[in-house]
Amino acid sequence: MARADADGSRSGRHLHEAALKRQHAREQWSILSLVVPATIVIVLIILIPLSWLFYLSFLGDNGGFSLENYHKMTQYKSYYRIFVTTFQVSILTTLACIALGYPLAFFLAQLPPRWAGVFMLAVLLPFWTSLLVRTYAWLVLLQKRGILNEFAMQVGLWETPIKLVHNMTGTLIGMAHIMLPFLILPLYNAMRKIDKDMMHAAANLGANPINAFWRVYFPLSLPGMVAGSLIVFVLCLGFYVTPAVLGGGRVIMVSNQITAILENQFDWGAASALGVVLLVATTFTLYVAARLFRFDAALFGRD
Amino acid sequence: MTWWSRPAADTQITHGSRLWLYVLSAIIMLLLVAPTLIVVPMSFSDSQYLEFPPSIWSLRWYEEYLGSAKWMRATATSFQVGFLTMLVATPLGIMAAYALFVSRHRATRAIFLLLITPMIVPVILIAIGTFYAYGRVGMNNTIAGLVLAHSALALPIAIIVITAGLRSYDLSQEQVARSLGATRTKAFFLITLPQIRFSVITAALLSFLTSFDEVIIAIFVSGGANATLTKHMFAALRDYIDPTIAAISTIMVILSSALLLLTQFLGSKGRGN
Repeated sequence: MARADADGSRSGRHLHEAALKRQHAREQWSILSLVVPATIVIVLIILIPLSWLFYLSFLGDNGGFSLENYHKMTQYKSYYRIFVTTFQVSILTTLACIALGYPLAFFLAQLPPRWAGVFMLAVLLPFWTSLLVRTYAWLVLLQKRGILNEFAMQVGLWETPIKLVHNMTGTLIGMAHIMLPFLILPLYNAMRKIDKDMMHAAANLGANPINAFWRVYFPLSLPGMVAGSLIVFVLCLGFYVTPAVLGGGRVIMVSNQITAILENQFDWGAASALGVVLLVATTFTLYVAARLFRFDAALFGRD
Repeated sequence: MTWWSRPAADTQITHGSRLWLYVLSAIIMLLLVAPTLIVVPMSFSDSQYLEFPPSIWSLRWYEEYLGSAKWMRATATSFQVGFLTMLVATPLGIMAAYALFVSRHRATRAIFLLLITPMIVPVILIAIGTFYAYGRVGMNNTIAGLVLAHSALALPIAIIVITAGLRSYDLSQEQVARSLGATRTKAFFLITLPQIRFSVITAALLSFLTSFDEVIIAIFVSGGANATLTKHMFAALRDYIDPTIAAISTIMVILSSALLLLTQFLGSKGRGN
């Protein structure tokens, strides 16, 4: 009798469990359905157009499948030069950002949070300012009769105005300025998370400040630095506005070439193929980064 | 003990031996801020060549800007598109961020990755892709097309900002409301939304700014009577240095600085609560 009772209540509990499970599943789905509108926007603007470009890049002149658009890239020297320029600009900009961004992030991370917040405005202000405005500012500063040339000649650094813009120099200066906040913000966040006791312990164990920095602090800040550098590098790969304006037609990166192909030849196949290569390079960099450094955790604070 | 011989950190390094770091940081901060700020006084110059400091001050370039039908029309378009983008991206961002935060479904990670693709895909590809697709459906040069494309760009930013807000908020408050009989929707609007309002406002402002400052998609997808401010500015920059751009830039710098300070202010108020 007692056993039958126990059985009965167990099957009753099963019934409840099944109902709860169903209800739980239904609720999970209704919550998840909230992402539908956002997903539709992304599918319409990103997935469908990108798939279309992907398809166009494999379309030959005769309308069938062909690799001719990709084959062209290996044939012409101009393409080779564009890839070299793109990597050159991206790597040099990233290095410049590390050289300028690391000390500033370190300085900010050492300050009491209140003061760091105030000085952080120096990083956030350019971050929030239109990149077109910032590119324009550099165009004005670096031109032949610009402030920089005038100042340098007054001080006696050089005699005649030198060409600082419409070339690689101008492009790199502008790009480094625009990208710097993208390096500093993740690096600063990583540095803030470093346990202060670590440096205390290092000092306690006899390390001088320089030793403690290089053997304890720097390695701990490395993930933040790598995350920031990769963001900068990847953004540089696809950059368009700054090389177009400050490069003056002499710095042609992949994005500039894509527009040029569309403007001059209206060749969607060639432009798409170049775009696919750019996308693959970008995704590959991020994939490797994610594998190596738990990248998205550093970027979005998500585990 | 004087200031510079006092220890600056746990390693007992003194402020004096850190002096180089302070000087270097000051220079880098100056380099970050100065270029955009220097355009402000230059825009008040009377000269064709942007001088600093201006020898004759005037409002000539502002008059030029305000008197030009082309610039005024483009400004109106940019504000309109920015505002509509904000109205689309913010609610969609709230919904997606909340769902991904609350849901325990296996697919959340994949959906999150999908939703942040606009941050990963080079913008030039989004630009030519939408240009091609819009060409097929006749949406080029329309406000709706531009708003949709800008919303895609703004969504990941909105989602990340709002997720950060949700993370710093104790979700059990919503559970308490629900256990007291509120529906999930009611609990969200009455309890959760007011608590994450600062993130929501920041997300909205960033969505607006993302659209307002966007150049590449605007170059391709906007045009004719619906060309944006940035499209015209870019065209002007490529050809010659038009001082009118300095006046427009100044207005844009003031706008973005005001929005930035607003979020900082709201942020500090949010932390205080």
